[in-house]
Amino acid sequence: MSTPLNRHSNILDFALSSLLRRKSKNFSLLVVYTLIVFVIASLIFFVQALKREAAQILKEAPDMVVQRMVAGRHDLIPVAYGEQISAIRGVTAVSPRLWGYYYDQVFGANYTLLVPEKNLLEPGSIMIGPGVARNQRIQAGDMLALKTSRNIPLLLTVQDLYPSSSELISSDLIVLSAEDFQTMFNLPAGQVTDLAVTVANPREQVTVAAKIAELFPDTRPILKSEMLRTYDSLFEWRGGMIVVVLAVAVLSFIIFAWDKATGLSAEERKEIGILKSIGWETSDVLLLKFWEGIVVSLTAFLVGVVLAYGHVFFFSAALFEHALKGWSVIYPQFKLTPVIDVYQLTVLFFLTVLPYTAATIIPAWLSATVPPDAAMRS
Amino acid sequence: MRKSIVFTIVTGVNILLLALLAVHAHFSRISAASERLERAELVRTLQLTDLCLFTEARYTRHPAMSDRFAPFQDHPGAMEHFPSGSLVTPPIKRIHEHSP
Amino acid sequence: MILLTNVTKTYNTGKHNQFTAVDDVSLTVEAGRLTILKGPSGSGKTTLMALIGCMARPSSGRIQLHNIRTSFFTGADSRAPLDITSLPERFLTEIRRTTFGFIFQQFNLVKGISALENVMLPAYPTGESQGAFRRRALELMELFAVARHAASPVEWLSGGELQRVAIARALINNPAIVIADEPTAHLDSKLSREFMEMVGTLKAGGKTVLIASHDPLVYDSELADTVIGMRDGRITGLSGLS
Repeated sequence: MSTPLNRHSNILDFALSSLLRRKSKNFSLLVVYTLIVFVIASLIFFVQALKREAAQILKEAPDMVVQRMVAGRHDLIPVAYGEQISAIRGVTAVSPRLWGYYYDQVFGANYTLLVPEKNLLEPGSIMIGPGVARNQRIQAGDMLALKTSRNIPLLLTVQDLYPSSSELISSDLIVLSAEDFQTMFNLPAGQVTDLAVTVANPREQVTVAAKIAELFPDTRPILKSEMLRTYDSLFEWRGGMIVVVLAVAVLSFIIFAWDKATGLSAEERKEIGILKSIGWETSDVLLLKFWEGIVVSLTAFLVGVVLAYGHVFFFSAALFEHALKGWSVIYPQFKLTPVIDVYQLTVLFFLTVLPYTAATIIPAWLSATVPPDAAMRS
Repeated sequence: MRKSIVFTIVTGVNILLLALLAVHAHFSRISAASERLERAELVRTLQLTDLCLFTEARYTRHPAMSDRFAPFQDHPGAMEHFPSGSLVTPPIKRIHEHSP
Repeated sequence: MILLTNVTKTYNTGKHNQFTAVDDVSLTVEAGRLTILKGPSGSGKTTLMALIGCMARPSSGRIQLHNIRTSFFTGADSRAPLDITSLPERFLTEIRRTTFGFIFQQFNLVKGISALENVMLPAYPTGESQGAFRRRALELMELFAVARHAASPVEWLSGGELQRVAIARALINNPAIVIADEPTAHLDSKLSREFMEMVGTLKAGGKTVLIASHDPLVYDSELADTVIGMRDGRITGLSGLS
């Protein structure tokens, strides 16, 4: 039986034999290529999962945050502003937010101190995030000593820890009562960090923001949609390290392609001549090269993607940890919920498999047009 | 066994693995849904605006709350030296967009 | 039967290095016979064989195949002569693959792969199932006593063994015509005699055999039915059966 399927599997057989001839070269090629796909796919998985997570949980963020700017810096905002803002049509509620940063000199870490909207905590007791607990080596029931702005130690009892599943948002939090916050930072009376504004109708948010900016030219309203967009553009390809990773990947691919395109050795050329002389058509030779390219690139793509999934979702992107951690002392240990972005994987597929296969075929195509009697006359 | 069959099997296994991972992703999304709801609830009660990804500096801890020039606030000649600073984008340009 | 009428092949037409490799050759290669092209190197033997083997097209003249089966045109009148000078390229490849088997001076085996795969090589793109031509390849290797080297890479084989592998490869697609270009050039006398014995086997099997050679062991062989002398692209003499 003569079938196209037979032709493909026969030529695939020969393509594999042909690749196995230069076993170590092709194998190392496959390994490096898999590694490139692995790094890029890990990045895609990680970033997509993080963006999805941010988009879903930050839906619950305040509709709008109004900051006051003084001399170009974020400054405290008078609570009185809130009263006028709540009079604007469309504003449902305005609630002052109290939060700030605290640098612990002993442990070298930055914490975020935050007062919840409703008084959940008695003065003297706090809730802490898992990162703080790790950093301070404390548990629920232990005491935590913070230094106030007047350099007086303030002893606080850890009432509870936030669950480790919430680490992505709560890792460095110390949630405390408004009284303790005041003791810590000694804010001027009637001033808070910023204002959270609730606007029931999402379509009115922009109008309300414009009115606030008009009413108080020294303020800056930040819409929830802007917070969400900030996270949507996180890890954008222009980000320094992302560019480095992508540049390395692209460069190594160019080296491959260059090696392929220029590396059609005299021997390979002679082989193509032999194949032509014994009755292979140009299209058969190209099919052979096509399969040689597919075998390497498809395997690299599939193995790279599978490994990347394992790396990001089973091992919490352990290889990226150092880049993400940077110089921070508190590093959230979060497990990402898997997201497979079919579109991005398809793009990755076309960016890896197609150029490589093309780089394999094109130089062969140039020499596959040799007349079949060339091998005979040489 | 023919090499082409070996290759087909290896590729088939790889594709199957990928499909299994897609199934895994689907089910872990379902099983993680309740934890995600808890997180969303926490965001709501604490009025949080940001993820806790990088605790190095104010503008990386709360990127949504910072300015474009936040890195330079502490010192006009401050060089970006946090690795995370190259992963977070400057906040989306605001203010002008609020004009109706 | 292959019929050549006023065949001329000119290379580099119109350039200063233009030369005519085959000049106005008319001859007949009888089916089932051994025809030998005899002549010094550069006499145009190889070019003439390349023309007959559909590897190149003549500049002028025609080459016709009579009563030669091809995998296409079978439904049509297969008794009509097939003019290969006017066929499109892909038909030429098809004819080359199914009708001719080639044995080259340098053997032209692909290094690094096994002898068996080398023998099977011309059959890969035909779309035949591998089981079938693999069996045939092993039979051929058995016939030419190289079956024990089937799995070895070709660079492990001796000159005589390489020649046998090359012959087996030429026969894998069961061609009607076998073309050999200087097949004994790299063989000693003993191996050359062995080669001629194998040619006898082919002839006995009904193959048309065409050999270009300037080796007396070949053209003085008793097996030769026709010996055509060539020099400077022209036929200088004809002996044997006409």
